[in-house]
Amino acid sequence: MRSVVRVSERVEETPSTVTLRFPYGPPAEPGQFVMLWIPGDDELPMSLSFTDGASKGVTVKSMGDTSRRIQAIRPGDAVAIRGPYGRPFPTSPGRTLVVAGGSGSAVLAPAVERVRARGGSVVVALGATQRPELLFRERFERCGATVRVATDDGSEGFHGYVTEVAATILEEGSIDAVWTCGPERMMDKVVRSAAARRVPCFGSVERHMKCALGMCDACAFGPFHVCTDGPVFDGGRLASVPEFGRFHRDPSGRRASF
Amino acid sequence: MASVDVRCAGLELRNPFLLASGIWGETGASLVGAWRAGAGGVITKSIGEGPRAGYPNPTVETYGTWGMLNAMGLPNPGIDEYLAEMAAARDAGAVIVGSVFAGDEAGFARLARRMSSAGVRAIELNLSCPHAEGFGTEVGSEPGQVERIVRAVTAETKLPVIAKITPNAADPAALAAAAERGGAAAVSAINTVRGLAIDVRLKRPVLSHGLGGLSGPAIKPVGLACVWQIYERVRIPIVGVGGIARAEDALEYVMAGARAVEVGTQVAFEGIDVFGRLARELGTLLDELGFARLEDAVGAAHGAPSGPGARAAG
Repeated sequence: MRSVVRVSERVEETPSTVTLRFPYGPPAEPGQFVMLWIPGDDELPMSLSFTDGASKGVTVKSMGDTSRRIQAIRPGDAVAIRGPYGRPFPTSPGRTLVVAGGSGSAVLAPAVERVRARGGSVVVALGATQRPELLFRERFERCGATVRVATDDGSEGFHGYVTEVAATILEEGSIDAVWTCGPERMMDKVVRSAAARRVPCFGSVERHMKCALGMCDACAFGPFHVCTDGPVFDGGRLASVPEFGRFHRDPSGRRASF
Repeated sequence: MASVDVRCAGLELRNPFLLASGIWGETGASLVGAWRAGAGGVITKSIGEGPRAGYPNPTVETYGTWGMLNAMGLPNPGIDEYLAEMAAARDAGAVIVGSVFAGDEAGFARLARRMSSAGVRAIELNLSCPHAEGFGTEVGSEPGQVERIVRAVTAETKLPVIAKITPNAADPAALAAAAERGGAAAVSAINTVRGLAIDVRLKRPVLSHGLGGLSGPAIKPVGLACVWQIYERVRIPIVGVGGIARAEDALEYVMAGARAVEVGTQVAFEGIDVFGRLARELGTLLDELGFARLEDAVGAAHGAPSGPGARAAG
C-alpha cells in the first residue's frame, strides 16, 4: 500500500544531486528502496539515502527528464511512497571497504552509518567526475569512516578511476567485506577484484522497474529480479549474471548496452 | 499419491499449474526459472509485432493478498527480439505456450506463424487484456470477431490454439463457443476483471492509465462462474484462471470444468516457489478426496444434485 506524504526538506548535496526528506514510518534497512510516485508523473524505484527513524530520504542525481522533475519537487509538495522493498546490505561489523561511484553514495551512506554505529571500521573509496560532485563525503567522515577520493579530472585526490583506489586498499589487506554502488561497469571491476582476493562483496544494482513485487519481469536480471532478489546482490550472484556490467533492458524488455 | 499430470489441448503437462501470461515471462531466463520452480508449463508475456514500452508507472495497486489491480499496457520487446529470448527456455526443456496480441486477425496470424517456429507447444491468443486500446478485450468481446481471429490463426499453425476469454463481456461462454467454432483447441478463462482505484488524497486514479484489471483471490468466483458456463457450452478443454492461491482453488476450477489452470498474482504474494507447493498440495488433496487422478475430477461438480431435497435424494 502507498502513503501520500509531503516533502519536508530539500537539500542540494552537490551541483547535480538533491536530497528529498519526507515523513515515512515503516522501518527500513540500508540498501532497501521505495517506489516514489510524483502525482501526475512517473513512479520510480529509489534507494533510501536516509533509512533511520520516521524521516526517510532519497538522493537523486540529475540524469534525465524524470530525475530533473524529481529534483524540481519543493518542500510541501505531495508524493506517494510504497515500500520499503528488497534486500539490504548485510551490515555486520568488521573492516569494510566501500566503493562508491557518482550517486552510488546515496545508498551506501546509511549502510556505512549503520556499520559504524555497530563498531565496524570503514574505508570509503569515493569517486566522482570532479571535486564538487563528491557525494556525502562529510557524512562519511562525520560517522568516523576514512575517505579516499578519486576524481576523473584530478581536481581532488587520485586522478583516475575509483576502482584503482579500491584495488590499492584491497592489496593492503585486512578487508572483511566490500560494498559497492555506482556505474555498473565500475561495480563489475570491484566485484572481480574482491573475488580475486576472496573477500565477500555486495553490490546494489539498478534496473527499470514497474511492479516492484517480483511479478512483472521488468527488472529481470539473469535468473533474478532486482526488486525481490536485490537490489543488493552478493558478488557471486553478480558475477553469475551474464548481463551484469554489460546490458540492461528498456521498458519494453529490449536489451540496451551500458 | 494421486497423479496430477494431465493432458490438455494436446499438451502433456506434469501438473496443471501454468505460469499465467504477463507474470515473469519477459525474458528467457525467467521462463526457465518458473519451469524449474515446478510449473506444469510456462506462458510467455503477450508478444506483439513490434516493441512496446507499456504504460508509465504507477502500473499496479495491491489490496492485501486478496487482489491486485494492474495496467501494464502490454509491454514487450516485439516478436523479433523475443524469439531469441525463448531459445534459452526451449533448450531447458520447458513446456512453453506463446501468448500473442494483435489488433486484427492478420496480425494474430503473422504472430502465430512466427511463434510456431520458436519451439512453443501451443499458442495462446490474448483476446482479453482489459485496458489496451485497440487490443485484447477490444478485439475479443464480439463472438464473430473472436471466431474470425481464431480461424485465421488456426490456418497458419498446426499447434494447438488457446483463446483467452474476457470476463468483461455480457456472455463469456458465447465467446468461448465462437473460439471453438473457429477451431481453437482450448479456451482459457478468465483474464483480469476491469477495475479502477482512486487515491482520494491526490484526487486522481492511482494507475497512470486509469482503468486496470483486477486479479487475485477476489476474482476467483467470477472466474469459476465463467468456467462453469463455458463447460456447459463447449466440448474443447478449458484452462481456468483467476485467484488461484491454494490447491483447493485449483480443484474448484477443475470441478467447474477446467483441465488445467494458470497462476499469476500469487507469484507476487508468495514468490515463484508457489508452483512446487501447489503441485504437492494438489496431490495430497486428491488423495484425501479419493481421486486417483486429477483428470477424474474434471467437471465433477456438474450434474450434482442441488436445490431443496437434494440432500435427501443425494
